[in-house]
Amino acid sequence: MIDDGFRLLPEQASTHAPRVDLLYYFLLGMAAFVTVLVAALIVYFAIKYRSGNVRADRTAVRNNAMVLEIAWTVIPLLISLGIFGWGATLYFTGSRPPAGAMQLRVVAKQWMWKFQHPGGRREINELHVPLGQPIKLTMISQDVIHSLFVPAFRIKQDVLPGSYADCWFEATRTGDFHLFCAEYCGTNHSRMTGRVVVLEPADYQAWLEGGHANEPPAVAGKRLFEELRCATCHSPQIAPVRCPPLQNVYGRDVLLRDDQVVTADENYLRESILRPAAKVVKGYEPLMPSFDGQVDEEQLIQLIAYIKSLATP
Amino acid sequence: MTVLIDNPPPISPPPQQAPRHHYLNSGYSFRSWFLTTDHKRIAILYLLSITFFFSIGGLAATIVRLDLMTPQADLVQTETYNKLFTAHGVIMVFFFLVPSIPSVLGNFLVPLMVGARDLAFPKLNLLSWYIYVLGGLFTLYALLAGGVDTGWTFYAPYSSTYSNTYVMATAIGIFITGFSSILTGLNFIVTIHKMRAPGLTWFRLPLFIWSTYATSLIMVLGTPVLAISLFLVAMERFLGIGIFDPRLGGDPILFQHLFWFYSHPAVYIMILPSMGVVSEIIPCFSRKRPFGYAAIGLSSFGIAVFSFLVWGHHMFVSGQSVYAGLVFSLLSYLVAVPSAIKVFNWTASLHKGSISFETPMLYALGFVGLFTLGGLTGLFVAALAVDVHVHDTYFVVAHFHYIMVGGAVMGYLGGIHFWWSKMTGRLYPEGWARFSAILIFVGFNLTFFPQYILGYLGMPRRYHVYPAEFQVLNVMSSAGASILAVGYFFPFTYLLWSLRFGKIASANPWRAAGLEWQTTSPPPTENFEVTPIVVDEAYDYRRIDGPPADGGAP
Repeated sequence: MIDDGFRLLPEQASTHAPRVDLLYYFLLGMAAFVTVLVAALIVYFAIKYRSGNVRADRTAVRNNAMVLEIAWTVIPLLISLGIFGWGATLYFTGSRPPAGAMQLRVVAKQWMWKFQHPGGRREINELHVPLGQPIKLTMISQDVIHSLFVPAFRIKQDVLPGSYADCWFEATRTGDFHLFCAEYCGTNHSRMTGRVVVLEPADYQAWLEGGHANEPPAVAGKRLFEELRCATCHSPQIAPVRCPPLQNVYGRDVLLRDDQVVTADENYLRESILRPAAKVVKGYEPLMPSFDGQVDEEQLIQLIAYIKSLATP
Repeated sequence: MTVLIDNPPPISPPPQQAPRHHYLNSGYSFRSWFLTTDHKRIAILYLLSITFFFSIGGLAATIVRLDLMTPQADLVQTETYNKLFTAHGVIMVFFFLVPSIPSVLGNFLVPLMVGARDLAFPKLNLLSWYIYVLGGLFTLYALLAGGVDTGWTFYAPYSSTYSNTYVMATAIGIFITGFSSILTGLNFIVTIHKMRAPGLTWFRLPLFIWSTYATSLIMVLGTPVLAISLFLVAMERFLGIGIFDPRLGGDPILFQHLFWFYSHPAVYIMILPSMGVVSEIIPCFSRKRPFGYAAIGLSSFGIAVFSFLVWGHHMFVSGQSVYAGLVFSLLSYLVAVPSAIKVFNWTASLHKGSISFETPMLYALGFVGLFTLGGLTGLFVAALAVDVHVHDTYFVVAHFHYIMVGGAVMGYLGGIHFWWSKMTGRLYPEGWARFSAILIFVGFNLTFFPQYILGYLGMPRRYHVYPAEFQVLNVMSSAGASILAVGYFFPFTYLLWSLRFGKIASANPWRAAGLEWQTTSPPPTENFEVTPIVVDEAYDYRRIDGPPADGGAP
């Protein structure tokens, strides 16, 4: 919940949050232990061996001890490697959206967040999501680098211009949570904020139906596909001659003219619309004109959604 | 360290006959200062210039902290706020912290500590000060003309395409100043290799020299990459060549790789010299050899090498590949180990010492405590999943201020107090100095500790307006900053006062073992009347103090 109360730890509102916090508590404990150990030794030595204390035993001073040096090299190294493994495992799961996650589209620009739900409903600076459902955000920026940050979910992902970035979460509590831009993006960076509203699934459905009727992205993409005369070559009905078929291209490996193999993911499709000559499929000529400047980020998302919808499962 | 001059080494040197000829009274003309090739005079020129920049950077921080007392934007406009935190970062990093200890204390002490007349290339040394000033003037121009609002990190494509502020004037200033770093580093490396006094072998060198050498390596190897990054930003801004902006076919993450390839090692340019200073102060005020001399010295090189391999840990959420994140996280833990080695060795150096608590020692002990906290929170931000949450929040702000202010500035102030008598021939007032050292320690912790909590709660950095629930911690931080500001004001005042009214210092008021204390205070222009010959390792306090009074030994 967004409230004005003073607190020392952020609330946990996603499946990921308690796992991150557990590592954080471990680190806090270890840091407190080492700090107290070093501080206590310094204070103890400072008092016991103060120059005024002539009774302290100062004989048999040692200026080096290989055993100690090895001990305080190896023990911090082992602890460090343990923390590395723990943090890395969590990071790895945190960056792999589970299959079946609901995909939302995010376009960031100076200085607002635009969200679009799978059914087409759009919102700005507010993100309504259902409880208990993995949500995958596919994000792109229209201008500079932004970063989507929801402290209560312990997630953050930079949103880049020019390529899609993903992050995911599964909310575990209903309520409103802060949404921040974390990457400095110009004058109103600190005002590029909003809230995530987590609803019970039924409430989410009701909310979806309550808004203006929006076209789903794939439908809008189909219309755009026709308006831009893409079908002149990429006709979905007949097998094309001058260009590779689009029907089942999404998610497949594509062999290029230089014999490299790339996966036809969203970034590849986006690049092929804006800079068609960059990665041409083997057996075809670079004939397609660039659509850079003719379609904006949201239209690109719609076109890609349409191409994805052509895939036969 | 034993020095064979004509007589046995003087422990309390004979009273000096006034007026004695030394580097400060060897000329008063404009030329004698601004065309000097004396490393000690150049150090004083640097001292004055970096103090000037520190004051500007500090003023910017003061306004930022004042504004953050309330969640709304009520003191300055948001454009101004963004320019203020950028000015604070740019000036403190490039015009204060990077040159601070190397250019002031390093310039003054490296030839004295190795027993040389001057640095290897005295004219190059003067040139590096002029380059620094020229770069500073560009940056000051940018500041006065209207400021820059990109943050000190200059992330593209905001800096290269979108920002309508004086990005290029600032970048040119930093570009130019970089050459000053490179020349200084080069000078130190050659001097340490070629100009050591007879008998001064590598393992007899003071630890300050080891850390200065490691710092110089980073300066020479890393700074050109910063110059390249800024040059590429200029190419994109002026000529529209697509390097970073995807609309021009560039890659925005490339800038971050280039920038941090310099700027992470630069963190060690700032902290390694402070570690060197602390490694000099602790043995002197505990009257014994440092524990693990070789471990402290060699760990400086460990840090220098690893510092070049960890830049990607600034980019865990940037969109670089997950596997790159794993590798950079692992390497970041490896750079933590040499830092831990140093902390444990400094602590062990106190064991069975004879410890007194003059101002330099207070700063050194404060350094160890604050550096430990800053280093340990480094383990938090290197842990991938935790960093995803705290990246670009106040947690990171607190972490690097513990290293750069709690570490580097505490070390710098400790060093200035430790060698003040050598530099000026005067003693500073001990009572005032101890008081302000404690004030700075308290003020520092009150300023930056709440920022750790703020960061984990989720307050992003570079936020002019923020949610109301963060206000209490922000007010605490601002209150601490006011104490810190007062703490910094005191040394500024009493050190100036001491130039005229301070007690005349003897050659070696701390009865310290280093070679620099074997010459008069202030040293003559040629540093040593006779080239010293070194026959023993550094830190031979037993020889100076005699065998320990073992009264009470069971």
